[in-house]
Formats: sequence, C-alpha cells, structure tokens
Amino acid sequence: MSNEAWEGRRAFISANDAVSYAVRLCRPEVIAAYPITPQTSVVEKLSEFIAGGGMDCQFINVESEHSAMAAVMGAAMMGCRTFTASSSQGLMYMCEMLHYVSGSRFPVVMMNANRTLAAPWNIYGDHRDSLAMRDAGWLQVYVENAQEALDTVLQAYRVAEDAAVRTPAMVCLDGFVLTHTYEIVNIPGQREVDAFLPPYAPGENVLDLANPRSLCISVAPEWQTEFRCQQQAAMEAAKGAIARADGDFAAAFGRRWGGMVEEYRCEDADYVLLGMGSVMGTTRLVVDKLRAEGLKAGLMKIRFFRPFPREEIAALGRRVKGIGVIDRDVSFGNAGALYTEAKAALYSAGGASPHTVNFIAGLSGRDITKEHIETMYRKVMNAAAGGAEREIQFAGLRWEEW
Amino acid sequence: MPKPAVSVFQYPRTATEMPCGPYAKAGVIVETNAGWRISRPVIAAARCVRCQQCWLICPDGAIDRTGESYAVDYNFCKGCGLCARECPAKAITMAKEDGQGE
Repeated sequence: MSNEAWEGRRAFISANDAVSYAVRLCRPEVIAAYPITPQTSVVEKLSEFIAGGGMDCQFINVESEHSAMAAVMGAAMMGCRTFTASSSQGLMYMCEMLHYVSGSRFPVVMMNANRTLAAPWNIYGDHRDSLAMRDAGWLQVYVENAQEALDTVLQAYRVAEDAAVRTPAMVCLDGFVLTHTYEIVNIPGQREVDAFLPPYAPGENVLDLANPRSLCISVAPEWQTEFRCQQQAAMEAAKGAIARADGDFAAAFGRRWGGMVEEYRCEDADYVLLGMGSVMGTTRLVVDKLRAEGLKAGLMKIRFFRPFPREEIAALGRRVKGIGVIDRDVSFGNAGALYTEAKAALYSAGGASPHTVNFIAGLSGRDITKEHIETMYRKVMNAAAGGAEREIQFAGLRWEEW
Repeated sequence: MPKPAVSVFQYPRTATEMPCGPYAKAGVIVETNAGWRISRPVIAAARCVRCQQCWLICPDGAIDRTGESYAVDYNFCKGCGLCARECPAKAITMAKEDGQGE
C-alpha cells in the first residue's frame, strides 16, 4: 500500500468520511455491512477503498444488518479485526447479534449513525436508536464533531481490544448534523496510527485447528452469573483503558478528548448542562455568552454512555447548585435515558444533591438552538433558586412559551 | 477416529480461571451415553466389506474404523439400527440387549 495523498493531511470531509478514513487506517481484515441512511456513505467509501486496492480487507455484502453482525462475529471468531456500521431500524434488526458479540467477548467496532426510530417515520437524528441498545453489552461513545469521530474510532479499537476489556464498541455520530456535514479534519498518517494501534492480538476464544475449541457454548444457570459478572468487570476495566487510550492518543497526535467525559468551564461552575454528541458544540457558545454576563455556567460532555461515568457525575454533583440534562431521547413513562442515569449517579454523590431538570430536545432531527440552550440554563438557575420548574420538559414544544 | 477417552472436566476454581467469554476446549467427553439402548448392532467381520456406510450414517459417531475390523463403541451407540438397515453387505444385525434374540 503506497503512501496516499490524504495521509497526514488536512481534508474537508464529512464525519462519515472521517470514520471511513479512520477505519482504513485501523486495518480491519473483514467488513460486512448493509446500507441505511445516514450511515451509507461510510461503507460505500470503505468498499471503494477496497475495490481500488488501497485496503487489504474482505468486504462482505450481506442481505441484512442481522447478517452483517453475524458475519463480522464469524470473522472475529477467526481472530480478525472487523468493522461494521448501521443506524436506526438497521440497528434494531442487528439487536440479537449485538448481544451475541458482546456476550462472546469479541471486540468488534461499529459506527452508528444516530437516527430516530419509526413510527412516525423519519430519517433524522436523535439518540433513541443506540440508547435502546443500552443493555446490549457494548461500549457506547458519542462524539461532537468529525475530528472527534475519526480520533474516537482509532481509540475504540484500542479500548475494545484491550486484554482486560475485550468488549465491542459502538461509536455514535449524530445523523446528518455530523454524518453529512463537512469540516476540516486532520487525517493521521498510517505509520503514526500503526504505532498507536498494534495488530489485533486475540485471546483464546478463536477457532484454531491446532487447538480445537468450542466457541459460544451454552452455559447452564449454575455458571451464567459468573460470565455476566465478567462482562460487568470488563466494562469497569474499560474506564481505565479509555483514560490510557486518551492519554496515549494525546501524546501521539496532540489532540485530547477527555476520555469518559469532557468538562468545559466547570472548575467554578454553579450551573451545568450535561449532554451527548453534537449539541455540546452549540452549548459551548452559550456557556461563553453566560460567562460573559457573569453567570457561572459550564457543561459536561458525556462521551461514554457505557461504561457510564458515575464517578465523574457524582463528583460534579458535589460542587454545583443545579444540573440540567439534555436528552435527545425519551423513555416513555419515565424520563430521558441520560437524565435517569445521571440522577442515579448524583444520588451516590453524598451530601446535598443539586437541583436537576431534564430537557427532552432535538428529537428526530429538530434543531436545538442557542436560545433553547440559554433557556435551559435559566430554568436550571430558577430550579436551584427554589423556583417552580417541572422536572421533565420538552424543549421548544410548539404549544408552550420557551 | 475413536472418541477421546472419558475424562473429568476441570471447572474454573477461581474468577481468574474463568475463560474470557463462553468457550471451552473442544472434544471433552465427560460421560458415556448409551443408557437407553434396547438392542445393539453386531458386526460380522467376515461379511464386512469396509464400505464405510455405517461410519458415515451413524448419528453418534459410534463406529470405529481404526482396527482390523470395524467395531461399535457401545459406550455411545444408542441402538438406533441405522447401520444395520443401511449395510449393503448385511454384515450388521441387531441383538436384543436382554438376550431374548433379535
């Protein structure tokens, strides 16, 4: 493979393209995928790379997302590094195999283009698809921009393949706002990526003629709990691996994304918004505006939803007066998924808990504006001051004053 | 190929002995399994033409081809009789386990 013109260069590309370049640089041996908007251009570009001879990889065209995940699982059983991508309805169809891959401890990496779920039918972005897969046993990381998407794919392989982790990873990108938006992205060189991400060294659960093993065996009730406990331990071990990957990445490439979470202007903040994905970019601007007005605003970007940053959120809760949580989803009958989990983490913070408000926003691709976010901060301040605020609110609801 | 000898499976004794995910060494047989057999195939070595039909068709892999003449592994044969039915040389007969004839 020759040195490509794009290696080590700045390029004006979409976040989907950024993921494609990242995956190519990670040298997967097998990719299986089925197209779905807004994921399609990722696997299209990868198939172009392979067809053009620039990538030594098998691309398996499959008839469904279920088959895509089954195919990469088969490749993982042979000790291959693998990749797939999906979105929304496709991720739902993949659901059964997501559990199979994580339970079997194969470190598959996939990209999910976050898109809402039908019905009502809609192809635009929110987090309801991947959050519905919360308990599938996958690492889940949400990114804010195209550069973070590229960098996070490189880190995802490092973390997923860590000997103490061996758990698949899902890199989540907001549909269209990230997947189809063009930005300036630094594409690393192959040599630097090879140094950061060594070839995959599988464990013992691979097919091997010289040492035959039965994989994905049935496990009786007497032993199932021990395997589940092992998966939970692997997720907890991932927290350390994520921090190490973040540090090593910063040393190698000069960019740092924060590991589990990123705090922005939180050092002395009284009022903090939590959220995931691209909306955090807009939120930064609002934090700066409120800070200029003398208000102590900050934000915490939740990068990893699994494993969940319990400790980071609990620590934040000990030093602020109010916390708002932006959820691009809603679990009907309760609240947003991030809010539910963040509130549970705050319960173990010890001492007085801050006031909390949940903002359901950005559903099915609706814009979350700076004005919406500023209103959220003011509502959190009002709640913290003892004012009346409903705990769960739909931001910018058509019939309400916002 | 004869089956591996019956052996004791060593279960993990500590968390660190757990395999990383549900996999195990293949080909470990922990017990014999022929308890429900009511009749047994008997191979007449003189009639056997070593065509391998019985070996191919046996659902339990209980035909051993490695010796001078074909043999049945009665530790695993369930007595289904497929081998006797398919043997083109009529070299296999089914004998009642209670000794009361065919």
